[in-house]
Amino acid sequence: MSATNDIWVFVEHEKGEPKKVSLELATKAKELADALGGSAAAVALGPGAGACAKKVGLYGAGTVFVSEDEQLASYSITPQAQVLADLIGERQPRVVLFPATPAAKDIAAQASARIGAGVLTNSIDVSIKDGAVASTAPAFGGSIEVTSTVAGDVPQFILVRPNALLPQQVGGDAQVVAIGAGVKEDSLLAKVVDVVVEAGAEAPLEEAAIIVSGGRGVGGPENFKVLEDLAKELGGVVGASRAAVDAGWISYPHQVGQTGKTVKPNLYIACGISGAIQHKVGMQTSKVIVAINKNGDAPIFEFADLGIVGDVFEVVPKLTEEIRKRKQMT
Amino acid sequence: MNIVVCLKQVPDTTAEKKLNAEFRLDRASVEKIINPFDEYAIEEALKLKEQKGGTVTALSVGPESAKEAVRKAVAMGVEKAVLVSDDALAGSDSLGTARAIVGALKKTSADIVLFGMASTDAASAQVPAKVAALLNQPLLSYVSKLEAGESSATVRRQTDKGYDVITASLPAVVSVVKGINEPRYPSLKGIMQAKRTQIDVWSLADIGVSAAEVGKAGATEKVLGFVPAKARQAGKVVKDDGTAAAVVADFLVASKCL
Ligand SMILES: Cc1cc2nc3c(=O)[nH]c(=O)nc-3n(C[C@H](O)[C@H](O)[C@H](O)COP(=O)(O)OP(=O)(O)OC[C@H]3O[C@@H](n4cnc5c(N)ncnc54)[C@H](O)[C@@H]3O)c2cc1C
Ligand SMILES: Nc1ncnc2c1ncn2[C@@H]1O[C@H](COP(=O)(O)O)[C@@H](O)[C@H]1O
Repeated sequence: MSATNDIWVFVEHEKGEPKKVSLELATKAKELADALGGSAAAVALGPGAGACAKKVGLYGAGTVFVSEDEQLASYSITPQAQVLADLIGERQPRVVLFPATPAAKDIAAQASARIGAGVLTNSIDVSIKDGAVASTAPAFGGSIEVTSTVAGDVPQFILVRPNALLPQQVGGDAQVVAIGAGVKEDSLLAKVVDVVVEAGAEAPLEEAAIIVSGGRGVGGPENFKVLEDLAKELGGVVGASRAAVDAGWISYPHQVGQTGKTVKPNLYIACGISGAIQHKVGMQTSKVIVAINKNGDAPIFEFADLGIVGDVFEVVPKLTEEIRKRKQMT
Repeated sequence: MNIVVCLKQVPDTTAEKKLNAEFRLDRASVEKIINPFDEYAIEEALKLKEQKGGTVTALSVGPESAKEAVRKAVAMGVEKAVLVSDDALAGSDSLGTARAIVGALKKTSADIVLFGMASTDAASAQVPAKVAALLNQPLLSYVSKLEAGESSATVRRQTDKGYDVITASLPAVVSVVKGINEPRYPSLKGIMQAKRTQIDVWSLADIGVSAAEVGKAGATEKVLGFVPAKARQAGKVVKDDGTAAAVVADFLVASKCL
């Protein structure tokens, strides 16, 4: 067992603005720490780290460890893993919660390899079971949910999917502690020479509360515009099936499913998507699923909360209009 | 250039899955395939070799049956094949798997080690980053474009906004995303070759890794229990008679999505 009952959160942030999942984790960290008699803390690294502290504190972290070192900018995996591992070694938290996002997964992997921490992945809930901090994760294509913990005298890392937990303002003013130890020369192994933002490439699907997804039934790249309009009206983002991605109608970061992203929005609207198992495994834990498909026998209707047997081109523009109208009314 | 590509054999998702008495996946009953992401890694390895010369070695950690996955890589054009297999490896977690891979890599001196970005069964996306950490080599992950020189590589790391351009010196660890290339199909010649090619099977002793560090002995996860997931039910299905938009909007209001 670690020396403390402290629960930490690894904060993912965008130039000082914490991602929503970081706040979800901060709230959970406080709940767990309170129950175990430890304290909840967060670690924010890179330029903007200090600016995170207020919000992360408000959502539950009592202490925020920060380093503004340029070498810890968001894309630097190995230096962040090293600084984090050193800090964990020094302070001995019992559990560190990480967002299950690509960068944080890499950082957790490398930090755990350095200090021999046990990693639980794909978590959709974290709780206390018989005094142990336990993670629940779907397995076997989502057919079962397994609850597990880390055994032995090692720190426990849990990678939690965005949108799985509820962020709440349960905290206050966090104490900000500057991290003394810095980046070591031998962890500067890869160099970021450019950060390119591509127009239209933005696809933060994992964090999205609403996703409007299109499949082969959308028929072509220009028709995705119709889905974009609906997504915009709902404040959501556009996703896609593999068939639409492979046809080149939309870029791969939009793909939902086994070989794309696993998403967990409040609302998933599947347009012209048949609902193949490889698509389903990526979106079945959405809170509400609506499907629009012109084939009444499409498998998607077997697990959608509301199914519309109809033509995407008929239904979607009207729906966009209907929602616009209702928003104006309120 | 020496290239090693790491691949995992995984159950085919489309196959019907049976759970055994312990509520674990009955792996024996399931059709197995190469982890789909690893096919992109294999293709990238072959392309690299075609540009730079050298050899491509496929490396897998798994039971005897994983030979079949390795053989498919040979059929695609990989020349050398290694399977790390040992009873003590059963039940390895991602760190155990990474240790076995690192042990095997120490016997093969690779300039670039290629991985898929994740396996579709464990879906942990942990092994490549752990291998890089254990080797203290640069990690180039989620790569959508790879350019290798003699002593360095430049890649695009796919992000939610576009991509980062990253350079590192070789040797390096690279994981690739789907879409970096279009994996080739095995040729007839390749399939014949795969039948003849000998697959080297290495035990833990062969790679100098102790049984305590891998398998169940080295794994830290302890399962406390499991329940069947709540299966989603079919909801209301409505045929559009021109009013579907209002039906959906009402439903979104009722389910607090609007
Ligand atoms: C190893 C592997 C990994 C895979 N990974 C993924 C993955 O990550 N994500 C994924 O999505 N798939 C994945 N697939 C592919 C998956 O099996 C399906 O082929 C894919 O999901 C089908 O996409 P679709 O539903 O858009 O197309 P289709 O199955 O062709 O369905 C199109 C649907 O649109 C409907 N339609 C047509 N026109 C209209 C219209 N005008 N209005 C309304 N409806 C209309 C049709 O009735 C049909 O149901 C994977 C497959 C394999 C083998
Ligand atoms: N048992 C294994 N043998 C060889 N390579 C593996 C094994 N497990 C994982 N990998 C590699 O690591 C990548 C990521 O897997 P994972 O970390 O399990 O999601 C895969 O795409 C493979 O390239």
